[in-house]
Amino acid sequence: MDWETGGEMISSIAGGNLLNIDDLTREAIIEVLDTAESFLEVSTRAIKKVPTLKGRVVASLFYEESTRTRLSFETAAKRLSADVISLAVAASSVKKGESLRDTASTIEALGVDAVVIRHQSSGAPHHVAAALPGIRIINAGDGQHQHPTQGLLDVFTLRQALSSRAGTTGSESGAELFKNLKVLIVGDIRHSRVARSDAWAYATLGSTVRICAPGTLLPDDVSTWPVEVMKNFDEALEWADVVGLLRLQNERGSGTLVPSLAEFTRSHGLTQERHRRLAPHVLITHPGPMNRGVEIDSLVADAGNALISQQVANGVPVRMAVLYLALAGGEPKGYSHE
Amino acid sequence: MSNDIILRNGTLVGSEGTTKGDLRIRGGRIVGRGDVGASSDGDQEFDVSGCLVGPGFVDLHTHLREPGREEAETIASGAMAAALGGFTAIVAMPNTEPALDNVITVSYVLAKGAEAVVDVAVAAAITVGRAGEHLTAMSDLAALGVRLFTDDGSGVQSAAVMRRAMSYAAPLGITLAQHCEDESLAAGGVMNEGALSSQLGLAGRPAVAEELMVMRDIELSRLTKCPVHFLHLSTARSVALVAAAKAEGLLVTCEIAPHHFTLDESSLAHYDTQFKVHPPLRTASDVAALRSAMTTGIIDAVATDHAPHASELKDLPFDQAPAGMLGLEQVASLTWEALGENPDPVRFFALLSRGPARIAQLRDEDSRVGLSAHGGELTVGDDANIVVFDPRMSYVVDRAALASRAHNTPYHGRAMHGRAVMTLVRGTLVARNGELQ
Repeated sequence: MDWETGGEMISSIAGGNLLNIDDLTREAIIEVLDTAESFLEVSTRAIKKVPTLKGRVVASLFYEESTRTRLSFETAAKRLSADVISLAVAASSVKKGESLRDTASTIEALGVDAVVIRHQSSGAPHHVAAALPGIRIINAGDGQHQHPTQGLLDVFTLRQALSSRAGTTGSESGAELFKNLKVLIVGDIRHSRVARSDAWAYATLGSTVRICAPGTLLPDDVSTWPVEVMKNFDEALEWADVVGLLRLQNERGSGTLVPSLAEFTRSHGLTQERHRRLAPHVLITHPGPMNRGVEIDSLVADAGNALISQQVANGVPVRMAVLYLALAGGEPKGYSHE
Repeated sequence: MSNDIILRNGTLVGSEGTTKGDLRIRGGRIVGRGDVGASSDGDQEFDVSGCLVGPGFVDLHTHLREPGREEAETIASGAMAAALGGFTAIVAMPNTEPALDNVITVSYVLAKGAEAVVDVAVAAAITVGRAGEHLTAMSDLAALGVRLFTDDGSGVQSAAVMRRAMSYAAPLGITLAQHCEDESLAAGGVMNEGALSSQLGLAGRPAVAEELMVMRDIELSRLTKCPVHFLHLSTARSVALVAAAKAEGLLVTCEIAPHHFTLDESSLAHYDTQFKVHPPLRTASDVAALRSAMTTGIIDAVATDHAPHASELKDLPFDQAPAGMLGLEQVASLTWEALGENPDPVRFFALLSRGPARIAQLRDEDSRVGLSAHGGELTVGDDANIVVFDPRMSYVVDRAALASRAHNTPYHGRAMHGRAVMTLVRGTLVARNGELQ
């Protein structure tokens, strides 16, 4: 059952918000991936700009620092020729106690077309979306809930690698290469909005998803998740075609949930020894920033089967696709839960 | 010429059954019952045929926010909301700012309450500042009429402090009421722990945090022989624990709140802070277990946990918004609905009037200070604290039309069935058909 929408799935984000991945249909995800593929080429031009969103205003509202995601979104918006307002949270009236909703209303009054929001509270983008039905809201990561553009760029990167291997293109392959793909997500799943986005993205595209973590870093209950839990990491690695690693989030208390980082690395870290045992076709992802030497060995992170730098690079075309679809991809439609 | 109030042709609800008849009220008391004769000049006569006439409702669990948060609710405004909901007495919770943990603040609320439209009793804190360490002056406070003590908002976390409080309270004829949540398990949580909290990325307040404290306090009550009242139980397991303790004859009572038997955690799927409350909304099977227990006598009282919060606080991201929701004006309708196809009027008044009046020690046979008697049998000579409830009445909740200063009801726009249409406090008609008189 899809709790968050009461079963109502979104078949295209065109003209709408992007708040979650777990309510997107396969078609909606493929539409983003195909659109992103068409934007890939823009990044290779001498003049990396298309006029698609000329005259549109995109505000980035980052309540939680994230240089990589903010720069990626702002670069994407600028390549589409949108004007970008970047709210530096520390310098704004947020520090004077202004509520999220009042800040959002201020942004609305400035004539903004889309808000890209990162917030430490799960559900904050949904809160803003309810307050501002006329503005497109893009979730750039909310608390421990969702990080939909990360999920989309992860599956985009995977499709890129798999289609290149299969001698085809991403667009031609559609969702075909995800069918029967065995995806393992490992590490601090409890605190990870990336895991929540990736698990649904892969499952919706037809992959089999399993998760593996120390008991304290598993979510309290995964009965509504499209995943199975594996207890033994080494057995899980034998099973997997794709290994999605996650950052151990010490700032969210992960450190107190495992006896030591060293034990975590021994039980669930992708060490050089484990890396050597992987089948040759296995691909590795990590959303960054990495704790080298904790969840991933430093040399493994730079190995040929790790897609980590491709993930970063693909952030821009995928976010261009999301902004393009949300703003230019159709008539605005309601995404209200009322 | 007399100035009596006559309620004509009602269904009078006693604790054993119902009878058809009239009531005549004069000088704050019931002076006639059954066939009370014709009215004379100056009498006010109301045809209440088709309505239930019973003892006024008593709320064991009202947060009045005064002193300290008067923008959300005052003693006067909370009492008005209570009167509209059919209540003739409410028990003010002590988690005000400052807390009701001493004779001065308790006297302040009692004095303000004496001017309110319904009787206002006070539940005082168990520990100073509700900090869970030093016992309040329970003996002095009992002399002011305080019969319930609680640190509600949170439970007394230390088993040693709770045991000491129970040992001290036992000979004083008072009851300790507990908000059961072990904070070592629940702290930081904002909703029920489970599949939905995992999916929403919200930290959970697990059911076991409540159940462990229920278990602990049942055993401490067994040890100390102090009566303990469990506030707003929310899980099937908690209710089962209390049922077993009652079967053993232990001195335990419990209440449930309307939101816990009408709403489940799925209401939180869109991060609507109106549904944020502690203990949190649980699963659909917990809701079903609570509703079932309402009809069997395991539940002693329905209590509102009426918790007003200013709009700007509820309008925060989910994890930052305060927990709690309004309840006084809708609870009777919700209770009536929850009792099923053919609700038992006796059970209805047991849950909303006689049960809570017994626990709050507000009955005629209880020793009271400055308050009239509630939860009686509507016999001649009783204080006239009466509600007339019309099961045929329907209405739609409008948060802007509530008597509460705050608007944080989770039931905005919902159709309700059955309504308190007349509330009489000490013989005076204070509310009628949703209007204060």
